[in-house]
Amino acid sequence: MVVKLHGPGFAAGPRRVAVCLFEKEVEFELINVDLFSGEHKNPDFLQLQPFGLVPVIQDGDLTLFESRAILRYCSEKYTGQGTELHGKTIEERALVEQWLEVESHNFNAPALSLVFQLMYASKLGIPQNEEEIKSSEEKLNKVLDVYEERLSKSKYLGGDFFSLADLTHLPLIHYLVHDCGKESLVKSRQHVSLWWEDISSRPSWKKVLELK
Amino acid sequence: MAAPIKVFGPAMSTATARVLACLLESQLQFDLVPVDMSKGQHKKPEFLGIQPFGQVPAFQDEHISLFESRAICRYIVDKYTEKGKRGLLGMETLERASIEQWLEAESQSFNPPSSALVFQLAFAPRMKLKQDPNLIAQNEAKLSKVLDVYEQRLGDSRFLAGDEFTLADLSHLPNAQYLINATDRAALFTSRKNVNRWWEEISGRTSWKKVVEMQQTPLPSSSST
Repeated sequence: MVVKLHGPGFAAGPRRVAVCLFEKEVEFELINVDLFSGEHKNPDFLQLQPFGLVPVIQDGDLTLFESRAILRYCSEKYTGQGTELHGKTIEERALVEQWLEVESHNFNAPALSLVFQLMYASKLGIPQNEEEIKSSEEKLNKVLDVYEERLSKSKYLGGDFFSLADLTHLPLIHYLVHDCGKESLVKSRQHVSLWWEDISSRPSWKKVLELK
Repeated sequence: MAAPIKVFGPAMSTATARVLACLLESQLQFDLVPVDMSKGQHKKPEFLGIQPFGQVPAFQDEHISLFESRAICRYIVDKYTEKGKRGLLGMETLERASIEQWLEAESQSFNPPSSALVFQLAFAPRMKLKQDPNLIAQNEAKLSKVLDVYEQRLGDSRFLAGDEFTLADLSHLPNAQYLINATDRAALFTSRKNVNRWWEEISGRTSWKKVVEMQQTPLPSSSST
């Protein structure tokens, strides 16, 4: 039975899940949700995801939302196939969880804000908020300084293996580097740069970028 | 003999309280090591050594040093739940998936607006900082929408992830406690029938009452159960 992934192929949350499904070699069907026409606020969609957000997956009888919850579920359920993404011991998993939470609570908000301002504001007819851009960039710089220190001692964020903690960063860093002109955030940091080269050249990520 | 588990942070910090709740639910002994944030202790080199973002809490046991309250909680449950017993993360993958979903809902949808309101309404006045009425209004509107979803969910389910109290419910305790007891916005929760029922049940747990007691203790406390 094929997993159904609901959400547009360009959005960060669905991409986060898609790259995980590719890494775990889980077959899935991408079912578009038209955000621009407000499909995610329709009653049908709200049945699947009551907050009206993407993505949501259906795996057999299970319906599951929140991309990072889906990551954890896939990693656990499909253990033994594809890439192992949450470590082999309780302690290894704890470090993966730690950096997954860092992404959630320290990285995500300023990165999302910057992406929204630089990629979407003008498309939506909203003037860019220069103060917001400056403040988000400042926050992100501080966070990436900590990443630089971490990655100077550890090949990947969670340890010496690629894991959910690294994977979760792919969508927003990709936008920042390729669509927002903020390559310098990565390139100015030697170890963050090497890490980004490594994780973004994985075949799974390349497949995600080809999704329509 | 010193307890092997250490938590670094003030009990009044919502994230620290989250970890304390998890430890007390799991009936584990621990030492609470105070971090004086008013004196900037969390930004000093010794603390940055265990938490490089300068945030509380940090956690250590004999196996590992960790930060991020929700990661610490997951570790505590994974490491210390007795084999064969149902812990705060359920007993198998499907149960855990539902718990993780609502833990993430807390992280992504509930936490940002509730944290902002806790800061603006409960802490800013204490710290003699100016409140931002726009921020308060925006976040109240966001939180209301989130709690509407919770109201519907909790009409179908006793707890967020199902019939049992889990980490998903626990994670909400610290912010909700402040909003309901230290601001004039309690009605956000109490006016919603199912949310109110859920709140009464989860906040009435012995472990949470103990955390609240610890928050009200003026001196840093060493605690064991």
